[in-house]
Amino acid sequence: MGHTLVEKIIGNKVGHEVKPGDIVTVDVDWCMIDDIMVPFAVQKFEEMGFKKVAKPDGVVLIYDHFLPATQVDDSRHFRVGDEFAEKYGLKNVHRTDGICHQLMTEAGYVKPGDIAFGTDSHTVTYGCVGAFSTGIGYTEMAGILGTGQLWIKVPETIKVEIEGTLHGNVTSKDIILRIIGDLTASGATYQAIEFTGSTVDAMSVASRMTMSNMSVEAGAKCGLFAPDEKTCDYCKIPYDDSIKALHADNDAQYSKILRYKAEDFKPVCACPSLVDNIKPVKELKGTKVDQVFIGSCTNGRLEDLRAAATILKGKHVAPFVKLIVTPASRKIYREALADGTLEILSDAGAIITTPGCGLCCGRGGGILSDDEVVVATNNRNFLGRMGTSKVQIYLASPVTAAATAIAGEIVEG
Amino acid sequence: MSKIWKLDNDIDTDIILPTEYLAFETVQEMKPYAFSPLRPELAAQIQPGDMIVAGNNFGCGSSREQAPEVVKALGISCIVAKSFARIFFRNAINNGLLLIEQPDLYDEVNEGDEAEVIPGKEIIVNGKSYPIASLPENLTEILEAGGLVKAMRKRNGLD
Repeated sequence: MGHTLVEKIIGNKVGHEVKPGDIVTVDVDWCMIDDIMVPFAVQKFEEMGFKKVAKPDGVVLIYDHFLPATQVDDSRHFRVGDEFAEKYGLKNVHRTDGICHQLMTEAGYVKPGDIAFGTDSHTVTYGCVGAFSTGIGYTEMAGILGTGQLWIKVPETIKVEIEGTLHGNVTSKDIILRIIGDLTASGATYQAIEFTGSTVDAMSVASRMTMSNMSVEAGAKCGLFAPDEKTCDYCKIPYDDSIKALHADNDAQYSKILRYKAEDFKPVCACPSLVDNIKPVKELKGTKVDQVFIGSCTNGRLEDLRAAATILKGKHVAPFVKLIVTPASRKIYREALADGTLEILSDAGAIITTPGCGLCCGRGGGILSDDEVVVATNNRNFLGRMGTSKVQIYLASPVTAAATAIAGEIVEG
Repeated sequence: MSKIWKLDNDIDTDIILPTEYLAFETVQEMKPYAFSPLRPELAAQIQPGDMIVAGNNFGCGSSREQAPEVVKALGISCIVAKSFARIFFRNAINNGLLLIEQPDLYDEVNEGDEAEVIPGKEIIVNGKSYPIASLPENLTEILEAGGLVKAMRKRNGLD
């Protein structure tokens, strides 16, 4: 019997064939710990009685959620992280470089076929390069720091096949929102999602990242794309036989197969306050907005900023709308600065902030108050996520977000 | 007997503990804010030994382990739901908090009902028995050790 992509990745690591339901212990290639969770992971590591970190070069500490600090206690997290890194010889510490899920592939850590765990649920993002990666808690992270290993249950796989060419104002964000709506917020729980078809083959790695990133919003353990030449260019590795072997077999077994035609996708929003409450943007026309946010590990990449700039060029945001733009990393910030994207956005009235998680997790500048409406390109619209529990959060693509900022109400781009 | 607090489908970890309270140094400081976006009064009402009954996908969203930690610190003896999100499931077991999947209980009981939980066998509410499954062996070991920290301390020859 053939294997799905996730079965191949895990099987390669453990050295024998695996099937869904098998519980196996894997050697972990990468551990990512974000600033919120650093002190907790360190405390658990010490409580467990470990004397050294099993694989220090495979650990990456990233300060992003609390950067720049907005509360007086935030800097404790950076200090604890720095002390831990010094004591145990961790050399991979990113103090101001951007959002963890952007950096883990952008800075050259996670490669196709790797196994990575992180203390944040959007660790699923690295599925965009064909790695198995998923979120865990800080206690399990402490265990991996000490042992270098973790047990996992081999998941079943849902296959999503998309064929054809997308309409001009439809992005990979609209695709993944629609899929989450179809699967529901729990429809992929405990399972892997594998994205295939000519539409995803034509996508940039950045667009794939958006879909892997949000696969957890359907409950998935990971959201995978088979690596191709574009993946290898992005990861700066050769497109060799070992990479070419990282794809599902033709006779692989899936728990479910969803098939879509690209031309059937439309611009959509996830409406308050559930990620699977999906409606076409056209049906929301007339919904006035107070703020628009373009950024996050979901949609803060160069192509997202450029898509917004294309719409905003020569125009200005509505007078009562605050448009906040947060590039996902310093590298992206610099690229968007160099090619004029940031200038266009600034001319249009955008507030451009330093790279980080900031507003997406309700910590940074731009948090909202009762009855305010925000259209945001991030991944969650839960109650209280970006301010009070009475904020209305609509999740959308950068294209929809930019057009909405100009109109002052939700519109298609 | 455990008093039931009933919550809905898709109770996410931002509801269980909002981001603004995650950086408190101790879970004791976080306790008053548990479930605050949804039911601000609930944390003060929960008594040690009570249980939560919920629908599908309990604990979805962020990987914050403070969520199961704060639920355990409130004294909740177990959570019975139709299904759990996977990260929350692992985090709860790693903190010694018992989670039970049961498909029918949520639809048939009311908040305030009293339940008796016999792990690995059944839950009895209003005279009716609801069967429950045992956890896999590796998880039972962690739960019986009192959580992953204690299991690792044992591995490292400390306890």
